[in-house]
Amino acid sequence: MTMLFKNTYKYVKNNSIKKYIVRNIETATHSIKTYEQIKQKRQEALLGGGIQKIEKQHQKGKLTARERIHLFCDDDSFVEYDMFMEHTCTDFEMNKRKFAGDSVVTGHGLVNGRPVFIFSQDATVFGGSLSSVHAKKICKIMDQALSVGAPVVGLNDSGGARIQEGVESLAGYADIFQKNVLASGVIPQISLIMGPCAGGAVYSPAITDFTFMVDDTACLFITGPDVIKSVTNEHVTSQELGGSKTHTEISGVAHGSFQNDIDALLHLRDFMSYLPQSNKSPVPIRICDDICDADVPILDTIIPPVTTAPYDMLDIISAIVDEREFFQIMPKYAKNIIVGFARMNGRTVGIVANQPKVAAGCLDINASVKAARFVRFCDAFNISLITLVDVPGFLPGVHQEHNGSIRHGAKLVFAYAEATVPKLTVITRKAYGGAYITSSSKHLRGDVNYAWPSAEVAVMGAKSAASVLYKGKSNVDELEAEYIDKFSNPFPAAQKGYVDDIIEPKSTRWRLCRDLDLLETKKLENPPKKHGNMPL
Amino acid sequence: MVLKRLFVFSVSYTCHNKVKLRSLRMVAFRRGLGSLSAAETNEATFKKVLIANRGEIACRIIRTAKRMGIRTVAVYSVADSQAKHVKLADEAIFIGPSPAIESYLDFEKILNAIKETGADAVHPGYGFLSENPKFVQALEAENITFIGPSADAISRMGDKLQSKRMAVAAGVNIIPGVDAIVTDVDDCVLVANHIGYPVMIKASAGGGGKGMRIARNDQETREGYLLASQEAEAGFGDKRLLVEKFIEDPRHIEIQILADKHGNVIHLNERDCSIQRRNQKVIEEAPSVFLDNATRETMGQQAIALCKELNYSSAGTIEFLIDQRRNFYFLEMNTRLQVEHPITECITNIDIVEQMFRIAMGCQLNIKQEDVKIDGWAIENRIYAEDPYRSFGIPSIGRIHEYKEPNHIEGIRCDSGIEEGSKISMYYDPLISKLISHGRTRQEAIEKCTRALDSYVIRGITNNIPLLRDVLSEENFRTGRISTNYLPTIYPDGFKGLSLTVREKHKLVAVAGALFASNQIRSKSLINYSEFRKRTKVREDWKLSIRLDEEVFSVNVSDGNGLFKCKVNANWLEIDKNGINLAKSLLELEIDRERDIFQIISKNAVGDYHLIFRGNNYKLKILTQKAMDYHGLMTKKGENYKVNKLKSPMSGLVKSLSCTEGESVVEGQELCVLEAMKMQNLITAPSNGTIKEIKFNVGEKVTEVKQIILLSLPSSPVLKQYGKNDENPRNCSSGYFVKLLVPIKLHHKLHVC
Repeated sequence: MTMLFKNTYKYVKNNSIKKYIVRNIETATHSIKTYEQIKQKRQEALLGGGIQKIEKQHQKGKLTARERIHLFCDDDSFVEYDMFMEHTCTDFEMNKRKFAGDSVVTGHGLVNGRPVFIFSQDATVFGGSLSSVHAKKICKIMDQALSVGAPVVGLNDSGGARIQEGVESLAGYADIFQKNVLASGVIPQISLIMGPCAGGAVYSPAITDFTFMVDDTACLFITGPDVIKSVTNEHVTSQELGGSKTHTEISGVAHGSFQNDIDALLHLRDFMSYLPQSNKSPVPIRICDDICDADVPILDTIIPPVTTAPYDMLDIISAIVDEREFFQIMPKYAKNIIVGFARMNGRTVGIVANQPKVAAGCLDINASVKAARFVRFCDAFNISLITLVDVPGFLPGVHQEHNGSIRHGAKLVFAYAEATVPKLTVITRKAYGGAYITSSSKHLRGDVNYAWPSAEVAVMGAKSAASVLYKGKSNVDELEAEYIDKFSNPFPAAQKGYVDDIIEPKSTRWRLCRDLDLLETKKLENPPKKHGNMPL
Repeated sequence: MVLKRLFVFSVSYTCHNKVKLRSLRMVAFRRGLGSLSAAETNEATFKKVLIANRGEIACRIIRTAKRMGIRTVAVYSVADSQAKHVKLADEAIFIGPSPAIESYLDFEKILNAIKETGADAVHPGYGFLSENPKFVQALEAENITFIGPSADAISRMGDKLQSKRMAVAAGVNIIPGVDAIVTDVDDCVLVANHIGYPVMIKASAGGGGKGMRIARNDQETREGYLLASQEAEAGFGDKRLLVEKFIEDPRHIEIQILADKHGNVIHLNERDCSIQRRNQKVIEEAPSVFLDNATRETMGQQAIALCKELNYSSAGTIEFLIDQRRNFYFLEMNTRLQVEHPITECITNIDIVEQMFRIAMGCQLNIKQEDVKIDGWAIENRIYAEDPYRSFGIPSIGRIHEYKEPNHIEGIRCDSGIEEGSKISMYYDPLISKLISHGRTRQEAIEKCTRALDSYVIRGITNNIPLLRDVLSEENFRTGRISTNYLPTIYPDGFKGLSLTVREKHKLVAVAGALFASNQIRSKSLINYSEFRKRTKVREDWKLSIRLDEEVFSVNVSDGNGLFKCKVNANWLEIDKNGINLAKSLLELEIDRERDIFQIISKNAVGDYHLIFRGNNYKLKILTQKAMDYHGLMTKKGENYKVNKLKSPMSGLVKSLSCTEGESVVEGQELCVLEAMKMQNLITAPSNGTIKEIKFNVGEKVTEVKQIILLSLPSSPVLKQYGKNDENPRNCSSGYFVKLLVPIKLHHKLHVC
């Protein structure tokens, strides 16, 4: 093009015209240059920290920030924001090292056809460290997610604060935390830890509703192995300290873990399908192919004839829900209680169930906290709760009492009592004492409470009851039998109206589906308040 | 019931025409079972029968008893408290703990149950007390009818030595062998050498494959003697053993007989039960392709002669081994109802259970030998709760959460003792059901059976349908070239699963792709979020990469016109969308206008699809092409945090332990004996090493996949070197040697005879 101008230029005599042409040439060159620059910057941004860094990321068994988004979103649906933002730091010669978009990719896309806001930290740029610009980008999409009413998913892979920026980086963290807190209970927030996440950064995932991790590559800790070594002289690897195994089994920080990036992202897509867009939108109802008006015979045979024999509560859950699909939350932590999402006639429900196979299904500190948090999430997002009860009580013990089983157990009572969503309860076997009250009982505003014929609602087991009531008497055995006769059945509770009906186990699925339909329009509000004072 | 009886009565009243009755009898047989003879003749029969058994055979007997107007009493143990036979019977009596020895085998408890219910007869079924002469005597003392032969006949035929002598006396061909009990290992070796290898060591009191071992040299004789005597003692409380000549590649053909108390004996032709594993029958058929009329007649006559010699009454079976030149030898006589009796019922239209009731009542046989015809062909498949990929079947236990019998197929009979929700426990035989198909020809029976196996839905428990399905379509079986060595000959390296043709693979992969696509479409089909659906373009084609075993197929699926068009490699297949339902367990799909049956066992969000096609289980991994590409980019992570787990191959009871912690063992050395499903299984060391930890005690129950022995291997094959960049060097702290838990393999020192 320039050639063309030059040729014309030769034959032009008039000066003013000459000037005009020169100017034209200059502006044209400029816009072309800008266009090319944009293209180049985009190209740069797409490459993140460069090919070498990308390869390194792959060698670690990880995908890059953009690859992750590409896999997570529906095809061609991702819309990126702030691709050209660059960090503002000038110290330590940082002004010479700039990357388009800095160390995070943000935007929105569709997951199974529904919008989701996403940020994905880019470990190829300064190790994914958080600069003030990085934080601003995240806050921008969070603001929009909040106003639109769509979930935010964070794919974390960051070395921590951008040390070169100093306090500005810390301020960035604080901004994110603040936004996380404000968005809490308004839109679902999910964190998937796909690399390191250390120091102050850990609090953002901890505040979000769910934290998932990738095995072997992800770790979460406040102070790393090096600091621990220098301070306490303890040797520990980063995986032992804060790997997925640690957080899903011991600490309960993470809600689940997956084998690798692909596995994790595909599972996360599945997980998203259970969630509503926000606290204002309805719970998704997927087309249901599974029959929901017929008996499920297997339910009749799961409870063993011996009342002390364990059984697997997951068998019952699988038989009740659609297509035996159950997304378990924290499957490896506090296994004496099962929580997770499933569908009933296509509608998402939250399931809380005691697991008699582990520790007789009793409630202890960890189980109470695990269930309480889940109940509150469901309540916040209008997800109906189904509680399957087989609980012999709260776990007795010095250790439990000394660690505050009272205040932790109170969390579960609080959560259930506060919840205004439809609450359906099925007592499959034991429902003893305080644990009975806690487990979505009629007394805590349970909407529908059923008992199976094997149900026993009592203050405590017959043996302990008899030994208290008839201390020192010789015919304790006889009296125990009397107590069994009187209370080891669902009648006392049914006579008082504390359970609505005694049902055949095989009819449970269709009854619950019918009740959920009925309760769709349930209206119940708690008195207005700033917020309750939950026993944290 | 009452209505049915009235109907039966009126039928017999009005029908004087014998021919007409016969045709009606056929109709009745097709609907239910057996003839109308009892009602027809207004014979006296029992008032109440107690069935001293469980599972499918109890249900089977109850059915005929009900039809004959006999009230039924079931007995049950703890494990069976919710079992099908308990629900079917008119009354049910609880008889104690789950182990058979404390319930079904305890005749005090059975006798009490009889007294309690006032039953006037007992049907023992098979197994348990069916061949226990003491039980029969105890019943006789109480004046209760035992539906079966006399105590004398049972005890004479129950003892291998005696039965042989009786057979000789009756002029029945017998196997060369030494007519004496071996007393110890050395004696056993001596006798074995005298007869000449190969020999068979078997329990004198045995049956059903328990306590039987084949030995081809002195070493195997010694091992066999030990195991057989242990099993014989555990199984029958009698550890006496016999040794006899072992016949190579024989067929197992047996003759069903019926004998009344008036000296009338008939035979109901033969059953070919050659397809066996570890001496237990898997597939039986009647008649046998191998027998000509002359041989059939000779065998039948010998069987009848033996019964007459014995003064036998009731139903019974004389088992023969028959070699390639059609020489047959008497094996043993089963003085009870056989598991595989239904195939004989199918081809003869005789309800054997009904005849047993009649005979026990003292009635004359109402069938003459010349009336016994062979009507078509029948095949029985025994469906076991076991994993066919390991030693043709390792028992598995669990709960059946979905169960649908293929009764909709004409000519199919399913005798089962379970229903949806039933639990297969480790206490009893792992038989789930018997699938019997009846066709005009062998070919037709096989076709029906194949279709029935494809449509049989059993979820929650591993079963042997894949093996059965494969045998039915295998060339040698189809042409009738079978022997008792069939399984080890056809599958020398064990059963590995059906090998699909290229076309079949394409079908399977295309269906998997179509299911994946349906799932994708459905995940966007929200009833109450329609606004998003409108805005988003619903994808109409998918580029997929599907892995089946080691093969990877690239599949394009496009959606249109009621069809999924799937391009697998370069071939196009069209799948009718109407048949696809992700929640249904059984799918009949039209692929290129051919009908095929598929079952979905499980599916998940990350593309693990578990399907059944042609009776076999296939695990497919379905990823979108983009996910697959990314898979290629990521380097595999080191398995540094995962440890190989050592597992018990099945659930069972640890019978004995022959190693101690810290002991160094060599490959093949016996470590322990695991008893499961009444079988003793030898567990041997997989390789040289030292026992690090033993996680159980003798007499303890171990469950499948439970770690039982930790072995540390100081040898180089497990040398594992970790790279410098390894994030978790914890496991290689002790140099480069890593201690691994190695899965022990099950070593069956058992062979099929």
